[in-house]
Amino acid sequence: MKVTLTLNGAEASGDIEPRTSLGDFIREHQRLTGTRLGCEHGVCGACTVLIDGRPMRSCLMLAVSADGRDVRTVEGYEGDAVMAAIRRSFKECHALQCGFCTPGMLATAYDIVTRLPHADRKRIRTELSGNLCRCTGYLGIIDAIEKALDHVHGAERRTQVETA
Amino acid sequence: MKPASFAYARPASLDQALRLLADNGGRGRLLAGGQSLGPMLNLRLATPELVIDIGRLRELQRFETTDGALAIGAGVCHADIEDGRVPDLAAGLLRRVAAGIAYRAVRNRGTIGGSLAHADPAADWPPVMIALGAELKIASARGRRRVPAAEFATGVLATVLEPDEMIETIRIPRAASELRWGHYKIAAKPGDFAESLAVVVIHKNGTGARAVLAGRSQTPLLLTETARAIAGVRAWSSEQQAIIATALDSDLAREGVGPGLSPEERAIHLASVSRAAREAIAS
Repeated sequence: MKVTLTLNGAEASGDIEPRTSLGDFIREHQRLTGTRLGCEHGVCGACTVLIDGRPMRSCLMLAVSADGRDVRTVEGYEGDAVMAAIRRSFKECHALQCGFCTPGMLATAYDIVTRLPHADRKRIRTELSGNLCRCTGYLGIIDAIEKALDHVHGAERRTQVETA
Repeated sequence: MKPASFAYARPASLDQALRLLADNGGRGRLLAGGQSLGPMLNLRLATPELVIDIGRLRELQRFETTDGALAIGAGVCHADIEDGRVPDLAAGLLRRVAAGIAYRAVRNRGTIGGSLAHADPAADWPPVMIALGAELKIASARGRRRVPAAEFATGVLATVLEPDEMIETIRIPRAASELRWGHYKIAAKPGDFAESLAVVVIHKNGTGARAVLAGRSQTPLLLTETARAIAGVRAWSSEQQAIIATALDSDLAREGVGPGLSPEERAIHLASVSRAAREAIAS
């Protein structure tokens, strides 16, 4: 079955079986192996990508269901200032070790930083509950997202979080 | 961990989808957000011959308020309710419940109709819709019928839906806007399926209350005696806990659930019901 979608700003198409997940289409057919498939039943969050700007599980979406939609993977953030800030803080806060969960973590972090400018540490923890990491113990990831939020949203955010 | 082969159809209208369902006599499986069916396909717990993708049908994604009642299309995703794009007739209850379902990446895809139709005993929407007195409009190529939310699920993953039917809209009555409510979910971690989930609603004019209990091992249960005990309470005190415990035990015994519960399970259910009741009374 033919599928055509936008992948990181460029048209990507393939002739695939309907049972192919979007995650497998991205990895096996488009050879973008940054997206990881972990549990393949929606629990671990490693496969999370942005679809039309919203984080979704690429293991639970059929590639044919994504026909015509806009998909952004970890390879697709070149020139994006928000993602640049998140990546810098992930590095500075030791928010990754083996790196398997990181592409999904970055997609979720991107959603938190853009959708919830006033998120405090508790809210960050709750929002991260759908992404598993077996290396870091999460503290570095929470630190990194908080730091990126401060960097992207600046002084206005700090006053609002303190008074919240 | 990959699905078995299936044929795939993405009908362009609700009528076409209903026709496909009818023509395939139980061999077709509806796919909306895929957040329950997706894992079942990947684990090969579901091996349909045909997957009918209704995830883009705009007819199922509408919502409107008429004469004070709210009709939500079955294809509306949880995140749209969480973010308040759908008007919250029940004074914040719908937003609270939506925000507690799984994770944002799941809420961006998963739909309210899919959650109800899947009828997982630990799912978030069924007990809420029962408490609010909602009614489901069910569609098939043969016509339409309406079923109260309380009569929709017949057991674990089992509903009154015939093989050619689907939920079209969920109608929440105007009376939902005259309720005070409490809601408490106990789960191993945020977003996990509920060990216990309680919803309590009390009429603002004091005419009555309704309490519903659900959870991992418990299909939604109307707690009639517990609701009666809650309805008379004006302010929470330490005695209320004991009164509610007695009423809950009586409800569980009547429904034949009590004897099968471990002391821990009973304690967890009592905690969620008491906390929901306390919130409703205080609101």
